Amino acid sequence: MSGMTWKAEIDPGRCMASGMCAGIAPDLFVLGEEHARPRHEEVPEEERVLDAADSCPALAITIRDGTTTVGPRP
Amino acid sequence: MTTAETTPLTYPFNSSDGLALSEAYEQARNRTGLLRVCLPYGEPAWLVTRYADARMVLGDRRFSRAEALHHDEPRQSEGRRDSGILTMDPPDHTRLRTLVAKAFTVHQVEKLRPWVRQLTHDLLDDLEAAGPPADLVDRYALPIPVGVICAMLGVPQEDRPKFRIWSDAALSTSSLTAEESDRNTDELRAYMAGLIEVHRSSPRDDIMTSLIEARDAGDRLSELELVDLCVAILVAGHETTATQIPNFVLTLLEHPQELRRLRENTDLLNGAVEELLRFVPLGMGASQARYATEDVEVGGTLVRAGEPVLVAVGSANRDALRFDTPGTLNVARPVGQHLGFGHGVHHCLGAPLARLELQEALGALIARFPELRVAGDVEWKGQMLVRGPRVMPIAW
Repeated sequence: MSGMTWKAEIDPGRCMASGMCAGIAPDLFVLGEEHARPRHEEVPEEERVLDAADSCPALAITIRDGTTTVGPRP
Repeated sequence: MTTAETTPLTYPFNSSDGLALSEAYEQARNRTGLLRVCLPYGEPAWLVTRYADARMVLGDRRFSRAEALHHDEPRQSEGRRDSGILTMDPPDHTRLRTLVAKAFTVHQVEKLRPWVRQLTHDLLDDLEAAGPPADLVDRYALPIPVGVICAMLGVPQEDRPKFRIWSDAALSTSSLTAEESDRNTDELRAYMAGLIEVHRSSPRDDIMTSLIEARDAGDRLSELELVDLCVAILVAGHETTATQIPNFVLTLLEHPQELRRLRENTDLLNGAVEELLRFVPLGMGASQARYATEDVEVGGTLVRAGEPVLVAVGSANRDALRFDTPGTLNVARPVGQHLGFGHGVHHCLGAPLARLELQEALGALIARFPELRVAGDVEWKGQMLVRGPRVMPIAW
């Protein structure tokens, strides 16, 4: 379903816990002991969500609008 | 909680002619609360030495880098550095960082590996042809990251002697007055502005061209931000890696058993680089103070809004609460999220590139020279934010 929200996913195999996403959007991403995760799978359709995905040094964050991948941007 | 004012300790603790971590850090980690320290210039600060506290401060938005511009920031040199992206908070910081982040992701950087490997082999061929003794710094450690960042950014490599002086000065501490520091910044900016004009009239496939497009077509950054971002990429893109290559070689030579393990099992290489990043305290001491924007408790101390906190990552990387036998170099240590590249929004942009360069540089060198050794006095940089050999003669 597309519309109001996107879905965020973090690949724990890639995540290196740089703390980048939790720094950019602390209300949406949280850093655990070893990895980051989205606080909720559903994230708002906002620029900073894509910024977080673009900034991840490990490219561990995927943002989807339905079945379409919208972040990280190419 | 301790809030009492005590006489601040003189900081930094480390000495510049070696890579030892001052024992004062272990004492600090074992006592409750944060230390109060005083740098040569600027106001006193709190010093964080434990891993958990370090990760908290670096990752928490209540601690600001931009606030440092409104305070007498604790620092090692007289001159104030408006250090661009390093004195910004989100969202400004994010705006600039996302413009270049793509070029430095793991995926993007990995494409450069064959080329970097060839570069290391060519340099080793030259070294062998010239014969020992040879300076590892000038003939190997510097040319690798300089060659890579120049090509990526779009800076002519033959200008290396020119920007070497400015880059050294940018990281220098007590040797420069505020005026000298300012003049140095101006010269480096003027040099970069000249290169930007050249790129503007004839665009190419490099980072500088993509940033110019982001400015001219997208208006996503100012002209000064463009210049400073290119300067930051050039300086940060080679100085630390060029310093860590000889540091890592020296550390391995001082731990012959670990070096032997690494030679016998090259699968350990990437993990060994991570361990060296943890183990080698590159900095003279903590810098880039974070300012609390509200009262926050850190490690048993109440940090008041407006107070600066320094984070000693070299100490955090030796915290026994996080790492087993932290003072021991173990090239087969399990991954433990060291803070060698920092943490949070300012986590080193070039970390994937630095990793790749360190892996290739170290791997090729120890494979080529089984009898690698130091062949003369190591001359230390001194009076720099980073520690490492200025000259390191080697033989093989």
